[in-house]
Amino acid sequence: MKLVRIKKNGLQLEGYLLPRYELEEKNYITIKLKNGYNVGFKLDEIEVEEIGEKKIKKAYLSEKIKQKENLPQVKIIGTGGTISSKIDYETGAVKPALTSEEILRNNPELLNLARIDAEILFNILSENMQPKHWIKIAEKVSKELNSGFDGVVIAHGTDTMHFTSAALSFMLKNLYKPVVLVGSQRSSDRPSSDAFLNLYAAILVAISDIAEVTVVMHSSSNDDACYIHRGTKVRKMHTSRRDAFKSINTQPIGMVKNGKIHIFMPYRKRKKDETVYVDKTLNEKVFLLKIFPGIDKEIVEKIVDKFDGIVIEGTGLGHVPEYLIDVLEKGINEGKIICMTSQTIYGRVNMNVYATGRKLLSIGVIPLEDMLPEVAYVKLMYVLGKTKDYNKVKELMLKNIAGEISDRSLYS
Amino acid sequence: MSGNDLNVKIGFEIHQQLNTRKLFCNCKSTLINRDPDFIIVRKLKPVQSELGEIDRAALQEYLKGKTYVYEGFYENTCLVELDEEPPHLPNQEAIDIAIEIALLLNATIVDEIHFMRKIVIDGSNVSGFQRTAIIGLNGYIETEYGKVRIPTICLEEEAARKIREEKDRIVYRLDRLGIPLVEISTSPDIKSPEEALEVALKIGDVLRSTGKVRKGIGSIRQDINISIGDNPRIEVKGVQELELIPEVIKYEIERQKHLLEIKEELNKRIDKKSFKFEIYDLSSIFKNTKCKILRKALNKKEVILGLKLKGFAGLLGKPKDKIRFGKELAEYVRVRTGIKGIFHSDELPAYGISEEEVNAIRNLMNLSNLDAFVIVASDNKRAREALEVVYERCLKAFDGIIEETRAANEDGTTSYMRPLPTAARMYPETDIPPVKVSKERIEWIRKNLPELIDQRIKRYMSQYKLSEELAKKVARSEFFKFFEEIISKYKLQPKIVAWALTDVYKELRRENILVDEKKYEEVFELLNKGLISKEAIPDYLRGKFKVEHVTVDDLRKRISEIIYERRDYVNKQRFKAIKGLMGIVMKEFRGKIDGKIVYKILEEELKKYLNEGR
Repeated sequence: MKLVRIKKNGLQLEGYLLPRYELEEKNYITIKLKNGYNVGFKLDEIEVEEIGEKKIKKAYLSEKIKQKENLPQVKIIGTGGTISSKIDYETGAVKPALTSEEILRNNPELLNLARIDAEILFNILSENMQPKHWIKIAEKVSKELNSGFDGVVIAHGTDTMHFTSAALSFMLKNLYKPVVLVGSQRSSDRPSSDAFLNLYAAILVAISDIAEVTVVMHSSSNDDACYIHRGTKVRKMHTSRRDAFKSINTQPIGMVKNGKIHIFMPYRKRKKDETVYVDKTLNEKVFLLKIFPGIDKEIVEKIVDKFDGIVIEGTGLGHVPEYLIDVLEKGINEGKIICMTSQTIYGRVNMNVYATGRKLLSIGVIPLEDMLPEVAYVKLMYVLGKTKDYNKVKELMLKNIAGEISDRSLYS
Repeated sequence: MSGNDLNVKIGFEIHQQLNTRKLFCNCKSTLINRDPDFIIVRKLKPVQSELGEIDRAALQEYLKGKTYVYEGFYENTCLVELDEEPPHLPNQEAIDIAIEIALLLNATIVDEIHFMRKIVIDGSNVSGFQRTAIIGLNGYIETEYGKVRIPTICLEEEAARKIREEKDRIVYRLDRLGIPLVEISTSPDIKSPEEALEVALKIGDVLRSTGKVRKGIGSIRQDINISIGDNPRIEVKGVQELELIPEVIKYEIERQKHLLEIKEELNKRIDKKSFKFEIYDLSSIFKNTKCKILRKALNKKEVILGLKLKGFAGLLGKPKDKIRFGKELAEYVRVRTGIKGIFHSDELPAYGISEEEVNAIRNLMNLSNLDAFVIVASDNKRAREALEVVYERCLKAFDGIIEETRAANEDGTTSYMRPLPTAARMYPETDIPPVKVSKERIEWIRKNLPELIDQRIKRYMSQYKLSEELAKKVARSEFFKFFEEIISKYKLQPKIVAWALTDVYKELRRENILVDEKKYEEVFELLNKGLISKEAIPDYLRGKFKVEHVTVDDLRKRISEIIYERRDYVNKQRFKAIKGLMGIVMKEFRGKIDGKIVYKILEEELKKYLNEGR
C-alpha cells in the first residue's frame, strides 16, 4: 500500500491509499488515516504526494490446531454465501474462507464435538446457484458419506438454500447419514454473527442419528437455539432476520439448544453399512409461474409452449384467472405437465371448493397438496427427468418421496 | 508545584447527542423508563483481525458464555437496532448538523464520509461494533488561554444503555442505541484545570448554538485525558457536571504526582527485583479477633490471607489523606475480584484489629520498618486472586503512573475502572456506501451557520443592555429566540423578560413547574398591558391567580364607584381609608388582576377624590 500525503486548503494529512471498491466513483480517493478511520477526498480538490510504501503483512498463524481422535468425523463442504466467505477489508472484495484451520480457529468449541475436515467445492452466491450445482453438491456429498464421514455439513448462501435442500432431498437415494445445510444471515466477520451458533448446531446434527437432508438455522432472534428443518418443508421467510428460515405447514424435526437435540417430529434414522447414491437426471425445462391479477395470456401461452412442466403458484386454494384455463388445457392436451401450489405459502391447495378449481382439475391440472411451490418446482424437474407420461408423473408428484407432503394439516 | 511546571497535558473527548431521529433507522431518539416490550438474548464472539489473530482474553470471555440481554420497545427499537436488518442509509439531517458543528469548530470537511465499524464487544452495541465516521478534520477553538486543536469531529451511533450487570449476563436497553452522536476530540493542548473548564464551556456553547442537540442528563458526556510530562495517559470518564471538571483534573494531577513520588521513594528503598509475591495464611492469628469483618469471614469458613509488601511502609496512606495508594489497591481488588475491601498496615491497628494482631503478622512475615502488608478475607481462591491483583499493582508502582481508564466520582475524585483499551480495531462498514459531501452542500451550511452563543452574549449586552451574567444566562437558554421575539413584539424591559425566562424558569423548575412559551407569552402580554406587575410574574406562572377580562379601565371605574359608595368613611379617614378600601376592592378582584396594580389605581383614584372632593 502506498503511504501518501494529501493537501487540501490548509489541511495536511498522511495515510494509506486504499483501492476503491468496484462501483465507487473514480474521481475520489480513499485514505486510511493512522487512527484507523477511512476518509474520501475528491481528486480535483487536493494535492497528493506519495511518500512511502507499506508491505501488507501476511496473516499470522500460531501453532497448528490439534484435533481430537475418537470423535465422529464431519465433512464441511463450502459452496459460497455469507457463512463461508469473509471480506478483505483492504480491497472490499469477498473471499472464500473455509479451511478447516480457519473454522476451528474461529470456533474452538467445535474441537470437542467432532473431527472437522473442510473443503471448498465452489464459491458462488446462492442467487447464482443452478440445477447443475445441486448435482455437483449431491455427488460430493455421496462421495464423502460413502468414504466414511459420519455426516456432511454444507455451508450455503441463504437466498436459495431451500431450493438446494429440496433438490438434495430428492436426489440423494438411500441416504443413511445426516446431510445438513447451514447458512448465516449476518456475516461471520461480525461479533454478532449467527454463523457461530448455526455452525455449532449443524455439526451437532451432522453427528446425530437424523439421516435426512436438513436445514439448521436460528430458531428466533435470540442466540440460544437452532431449528432442524426438513429439507423439503423449509423456506426463507424474511429478508434479513436470523430466524428467517421457517418450517412451513409442519413442525421442525427438532431443535438444538444448550448443546442438545430435542426432537419434535419423526425422522429417518441413521443406518450402518449402506451406500448412498445420486439420482441425478433432472429435466430443467420446468417453470415456476406466479399468478397475479392482469397476468398476460400470451406470455403464459409462450411459457406453456416452451416448457415441459409448469408449477403454478396459484391464488388462494389453487386458482388462476378463467381466461388462462383454455391455455393450460391446450398445453395439457399437448402433453405438458401442469401442477398447482399456492402463493399463500401456508396451507394446502383444494380445488374442489370453487368452480375455477373444479374446472382446472377437470382439464388435468395436478393439485400438489401442501407442497411448497419451490419444492414442487424442484420435484417436477426430478420427476420429469424420469418420465413424461402424465399418469406416471401425477403418481410420482403426489407420492411422498422425501417428506414434501404432509398427510395431516397440523394446527400450530 | 503549579500545573505548568509539571507539563500537564489535558485533552477532551466530548460526546453530544443530536436531536434527530436515529442515525441508521427511522426510530425516535427517546429514552423510556418503563418495563420493556420485549427482550432478546445474544452472544458476541471475538472475530479474527486482519492479521488472522483473535484476542485471546476476549475469546475466553466468550467461551465462559457471557450473554447479553437487550430490552426493547416497539416504538423506538426496530430490526436495525436488533442487528436483524442492515443499516438504512445514514440520516442526512444528522450529517448536516455534524457538518455544521465541524464548520463552527473551523474544521475542514471531508469530501466523502466513510462509516467504519469500531469493534466493541462489551455488548453495548448489538452488532459488536460501533459505526463511526470522520466528518471534519483539523479544527480548532480559540480560548483566552490560546488555541486548542481539534483533530477530528466524528459522527457515530450511540451505544445501548447498561441497565445492570449480573454474574453471567449484562442487561442493556436499546432505546439509546443508534441515537446520532457527535464526537469532538481535542489535542492534549490544554495546560490547566481552569483552561479545561473554559474549553468545555466553549465547545458546549458551540454545540448548543446549533439548537439541534439533545439536552438533559447524559445527552453530553466528556471524557478527559490527563497526563504529566511523558508519563502514561489517564482517561477519566463520566464527568457529569461542568463545574467538576477543574476539581477532577486537580485531583488527578495530585494523584499522578503522588504516584511519581511513590515511585521515587520505592526505588530508593528497594530493588524492584526483590519485590516478591509472598502470601501468608493469617486465619489463626485472627481466631479470637474483635474485628467484625474478619470475624464474620471466619464464621463463614473463609480464610484471611496476607501479602507482604516489601518497602511499602508509609506509602499506602492514612485514612485522613485524600489521596492514598491503599485506596487504589482496594479499587483494583473490587473491580477485578468483587471483594469489597482490604486492610493494609498503614491504617492498622484499627477497625477492631488489635496491635497484638498487627505485631503477630509483622513477626510472621518478618517485616522491617520499611515493609507493609495487606490483608484480605474471602474464600481461598478469591482471596489469593485479590492478593495477586494487589501484588501486580504494587509491582507497577515501581514504574510510576500506569495507563488506566478511571471513573469520575461526584466529589471530584476518580477511581479505577479498567485498563485503557488498546487502539480499537476499525473496519469499513461495507453495508453503507460512502456519502459524498458536495461543495454546494458545505457552502449552503456555511451560509446558514447559527450565531455562536459567544457572539449572542455580546450582542445582548450591547443591544439590550443586559448585564454579562444575565446575557449569558438568556443567550444559553433554550428560550433565546423567544426572548428576541418578545422584545420585538412588546415594549418590555429586556432585563425583566430575560429574568423571567431564566431565573424564574429555574426557580419554578425546582418546584417541578415547567413553563412553556405559551404560558410565558400570556404573562408578557399581561405585563405589557399593565395588568400585572413584574413582581407578580412568578406567582402568575405558578397559577396562583388568574387575570380575567378585567381592564384597567373597568377597575378604575369600579374603584371610583366603591369610593363613592363609602364616601362617609373616606371623608372621615381621609387617605388612611386606603387600607380598608383595598380589602373591599380585592374581595371583588382577587385572582383577576394583580394586587399591585389594584393598589396603584386605588391610590390614584383616592387621591383624585380627596383632592377634587373637598
